[in-house]
Amino acid sequence: VKRRVWARIGLYLAAALTVVVMLAPFAWMVIASFQTQAELVARPLPWWPQQFYPNRYISLFADPKNDVFRSALRNSTIVALAVVVVSMIVGILGAYAFARLRFRFRRVVLMAFLFTYMLPQIALLIPLYLILSRLSLLDTVTGLIVVDCSLVVPFVLWILSNYFLTIPSELEESAWIDGASRLGALLRVVLPSARPGLFAAGMFAFLLAWDEFMYALIFTSSTASKTIPVAIAEFSGRYSTDFGLVAAGGVIAALPPVILAIVFQRNVVSGLVSGAVKA
Amino acid sequence: MSQPVRMRHMPVRRSPGLTALGLLTPAILVVFGIIVYPMIRTAVYSVTDVTSAMQTSAPFVGVANYATALAGAKFWSSMGRTLYFTIVSTSLELVLGLGIAGLLNAKIKGQWLLRTAVVIPWAVPTIVSGALWKGIFNAQYGSLNAALTQLGLIDSYKVWLGSPFLALNMVIVADVWKTVPVVAFMLLAGLTSIPHEVYEAATIDRAGPFRTLWSITLPLLLPSISIVLVLRIIEAFKVFDVIYAMTRGGPANGTMTIAYYTYTTAFSDQNYGIGSALAYLIVIVIAILSAVYLRALRRSEMSLL
Repeated sequence: VKRRVWARIGLYLAAALTVVVMLAPFAWMVIASFQTQAELVARPLPWWPQQFYPNRYISLFADPKNDVFRSALRNSTIVALAVVVVSMIVGILGAYAFARLRFRFRRVVLMAFLFTYMLPQIALLIPLYLILSRLSLLDTVTGLIVVDCSLVVPFVLWILSNYFLTIPSELEESAWIDGASRLGALLRVVLPSARPGLFAAGMFAFLLAWDEFMYALIFTSSTASKTIPVAIAEFSGRYSTDFGLVAAGGVIAALPPVILAIVFQRNVVSGLVSGAVKA
Repeated sequence: MSQPVRMRHMPVRRSPGLTALGLLTPAILVVFGIIVYPMIRTAVYSVTDVTSAMQTSAPFVGVANYATALAGAKFWSSMGRTLYFTIVSTSLELVLGLGIAGLLNAKIKGQWLLRTAVVIPWAVPTIVSGALWKGIFNAQYGSLNAALTQLGLIDSYKVWLGSPFLALNMVIVADVWKTVPVVAFMLLAGLTSIPHEVYEAATIDRAGPFRTLWSITLPLLLPSISIVLVLRIIEAFKVFDVIYAMTRGGPANGTMTIAYYTYTTAFSDQNYGIGSALAYLIVIVIAILSAVYLRALRRSEMSLL
């Protein structure tokens, strides 16, 4: 019995340590974003703002010199939402085919999608640049949406195919008996019971698109299409002495995905749970 | 598992091949419509002497670009650093990820807090995470220096990103923090699929916790572990974003990984021919790693392949 008590204590200690290590860096970024420059460089460093200093947030949202940041926020939102919508529609249809249909070249096609994961973006960068420039899609949100979708769709396909496999096909078959078409059964029977998988795939798609850096770095050049990661990278290069400003920008850039991840954490985990192994 | 059986009531009389083609065409267009031509184009660049993106005709040079790339000392040192980064970060992520997956799977109070804490680094964008860790490791105001001096562990502030090898290890720390959550989630997926009866049987046989872990959990988790491992190895081999955000390959090329080296060759040095050859060398190494990955996938219970 005593050994069990110690095991429980050890378990809780490990859990507490994990919580601290996972939270501390992000927490410090939030705190630093509200501290004055004088506090940030003080030794010993105060771990809590001596005075509440929200000026950096005001500057990020109001100062004309931070135009890039505000437009980046807008561009990232448009790109991420469009990528989620496109890749989910395309992914649901494709994943349904992989999970439910036996057809020739099924394996080859599936392998081809998995292969794209192994391709480094850098191998496509120069030709893509030339194509986008010829189509006048350089430095546009549309251009980014197009190239980002090619990164995100294989992921969505993988997560959703696996999840669809866990849904018993009897459900659909009874819908067919009731006269539903294949598409009708997919929409009304399969999708509602695939909710965790859909959330997981949607979250992954959003994070990948919000996070995407290399394409945005090369293909964007102005407020018309620069995204949040590009803006933050520029900030962190330009204001390396003003960490508070970088921190404030980082907090705002991280908030949308962090809030989504916290809200949907249960779905994300269970969507992967059934998706990653069982199938 | 679920073999689509031909049913009497199947609504669609078309062949499954045609239906599949219809369903998959959008995905194929969106993915391969974008990447196939650039892949071919880069392969062509890699055997020609291209030094400008606008160049219309470039002389064919055969494998000269590959030879030049492979002969460069910088290539091998970046390859070595990338291997070091890949091996160290992947093993740390696997070990810590297993531990965290175990915690997430344990019946403890406040599980929601643990899960929320673990989900946050996953959601923070890589570039933000890089900028954040650059601040943590800063030599003048970094919070690591502040914490360590206030705890009395070091006497004076240290330059964490100042020397080549130390900087590489610090970048690994940042990468592990950001990536361990997704590894833990994928392993948790494997853990929860292990049936309860197996553990009950182990308890009846009076197996201790370590014996249970070693002889039951790990072997049953092996398929998930191999998938996660190879996915992570591929990703780590391509590492670029966190390097760009934290060190830009410095100091003294100490964090110059192969992807970053390719980037500087192609864009800073404007050497597209050699840059393309380097890109394909990365593809070749990753393809070898991927062969292992696909084999792992097939051996696992995934019925997709």
